[in-house]
Amino acid sequence: MAIPVMHGLAPDVDEILIEPSRGWVSLQLRELWAYRELLYFLVWREIKVRYKQTVLGVAWALLQPLFTMIVFSLFFGRLAKIPSDGIPYPVFSIVGLAPWTFFANALGQSANSLVANANLIAKVYFPRLAVPLSAVLSGAVDFAVALLVAAFFVWSFGGAPSAKLLWLPLFFVLAFVTALGAGLWLSALNVQYRDVRYVTPFLTQLWMFATPIAYPSSLLPEQWRAVYGLNPMAGVVEGFRWAAAGAQTQPGAMLAVSAVIATAVLISGAFYFRRMEKTFADRV
Amino acid sequence: MNAGVISVEGLGKLYRIGEAQPSYHTLRDALASAFSKPFRALRGGGASGGYKPHWALRDVSFGVERGQVVGIIGRNGAGKSTLLKVLSRITEPTEGRARVRGRVGSLLEVGTGFHLELTGRENIFLNGAILGMRKAEIRRRFDEIVAFAEVDKFIDTPVKWYSSGMYLRLAFAVAAHLDTEILFVDEVLAVGDASFQEKCLNKMREAATGGRTVLFVSHNMGAISGLCSRAIWLAGGRIVMDGPAREVVKEYLSDRPAARTADLDRLRLKGYGDLVRFTGIYMEGPPQIPFLSPLRFRLILESRQDFSGLSIGVAFSNSLGVPVAAIVPRDTFSIRAGETVELILRVDGVSLCPDRYHAGFGVGFGGGTSARHDLDIVNGEPVFEILPVSESDIHISEWNTAWHGNLVLLENSIEVVARRGRAC
Repeated sequence: MAIPVMHGLAPDVDEILIEPSRGWVSLQLRELWAYRELLYFLVWREIKVRYKQTVLGVAWALLQPLFTMIVFSLFFGRLAKIPSDGIPYPVFSIVGLAPWTFFANALGQSANSLVANANLIAKVYFPRLAVPLSAVLSGAVDFAVALLVAAFFVWSFGGAPSAKLLWLPLFFVLAFVTALGAGLWLSALNVQYRDVRYVTPFLTQLWMFATPIAYPSSLLPEQWRAVYGLNPMAGVVEGFRWAAAGAQTQPGAMLAVSAVIATAVLISGAFYFRRMEKTFADRV
Repeated sequence: MNAGVISVEGLGKLYRIGEAQPSYHTLRDALASAFSKPFRALRGGGASGGYKPHWALRDVSFGVERGQVVGIIGRNGAGKSTLLKVLSRITEPTEGRARVRGRVGSLLEVGTGFHLELTGRENIFLNGAILGMRKAEIRRRFDEIVAFAEVDKFIDTPVKWYSSGMYLRLAFAVAAHLDTEILFVDEVLAVGDASFQEKCLNKMREAATGGRTVLFVSHNMGAISGLCSRAIWLAGGRIVMDGPAREVVKEYLSDRPAARTADLDRLRLKGYGDLVRFTGIYMEGPPQIPFLSPLRFRLILESRQDFSGLSIGVAFSNSLGVPVAAIVPRDTFSIRAGETVELILRVDGVSLCPDRYHAGFGVGFGGGTSARHDLDIVNGEPVFEILPVSESDIHISEWNTAWHGNLVLLENSIEVVARRGRAC
């Protein structure tokens, strides 16, 4: 069949070629950028809807890390006398809990995001990456609230801001990248294997124990710390304590390992996601 | 200028039946499944057991030129929706390719992405963005959308408090203001009440005449032949016929198998047909009748007894199944035991409006001045469609059955009999 000659089209009208894809496909980040308004609306919807019909509303973003901190301080700080890197235990735990709560929520939300938006995926075209991405992004508001709570505790226990605070955005980006990378893997797997729904909470719990939230990584022998960085969240949490609460442990080597791992998880997750993407509409 | 905007070559889509199996709903299901087939599932590349391949589309090729309005018709499972999904890039084809030039809007359902907790205003922006509209574009057309949906008082109320009618109107209003050069529409007209459908149909008519390229899937043959210049008939994933809409619709409708004896038994009312019974009811000619044309049916009857003075009763029901017209012709006939009689029933002066109808027949006595007593009643076949005729001088293309019913009153006049006051 002859392909009709193109003429009389506005120059900015692009032609879409629809054909079967094979194997690994490109990430199409430019297209994702073109759909940034939709991304914005998806994030906005998540945030708007999250605390609808709750009595306490956005206060939940404050209460979640706060109560966890209280429980941790009582059991781990008071009773178990777990060391806290030379800073008061409440400060120690809340500064770790702020990024961790963001990560855990973002992971849970994004892992479930494709299945939760099955209807959209079956009926409308848009870059599917926008779905888990918006789930992770929407956690940023809660994170901001948790960060304020943490700042309050640092201040009330006599901590003062230092130039090290400038590193915080970087550590947040690291947490974001880790959550998105893992979220991409889990959300794509979830379309095919609904087992993921049961695995995710369990995985999050194990991950928390593998992250120095209730305890400092300085409990580990020096030579193992870099290995510990294989868990990117370990680098994030230690980084937060170092930058915001003046903890003594320097996260240097650990952080380098964490950054490499997080980037690897994100890139592999994005490509795996794109590869599985063609089956989403048929399977979700 | 006619540039091809859509060209489809050898498009095919393979589904594996079993893939779309229900997902796990309970932990127990998941565990049961985990124990029974973990390795098979992992190795087979899907949480599916045995599957059989099914081509939802196969070897589909066609081109659409700028401004063409093309209807896609076919029975359920013919591949119509799959075709639109592939062209909208929601799902990937298994083979072949398609090119689409220009901005595409696809309306495969109304209200996609609507969130019950959000207000009407918020949902307009959200849904608009989902359909591919820019924020500025939505803002510009916001008032128009609200006016079309007739929900201005409730625009800041969460849509969960809306009536289903309001919800649908709002959802359609957003979709209707999607200004893309290419539009794919799948059966959105099938939702809502008749007046809402009519509103949607009018909007579609606007889109169709506005120089946009439209692919339109519908089961409503009246809408297809009224709106589309061309139709593509799909069956079993393949193109059966592609041509002028009227002709394709005509062929498609006459493809319906004629009512057979077995079908009539299914349609027979309980307790009837012991002595005299219909053994065949057919439409003479294609079951697609231009407005005001006569209807002709061939009726075959058998009897176990001798009867004379029998008459036929016929009733027509509209697409909602509501009986709208009936007649018992004055002519009578006789039948002897063991005999088969074939009749042609002709009904003239039919002023049924364009719609889909089915007929019901009775054979028995009386009905004129005396009470009717039927010996057999069969209701449901044949199905036929009255089509709008543009040549007729009666304006029926805007007919709305919800407001106007199904009967077009033909003889009428208006005469000014008095005038009061002064003209300026």
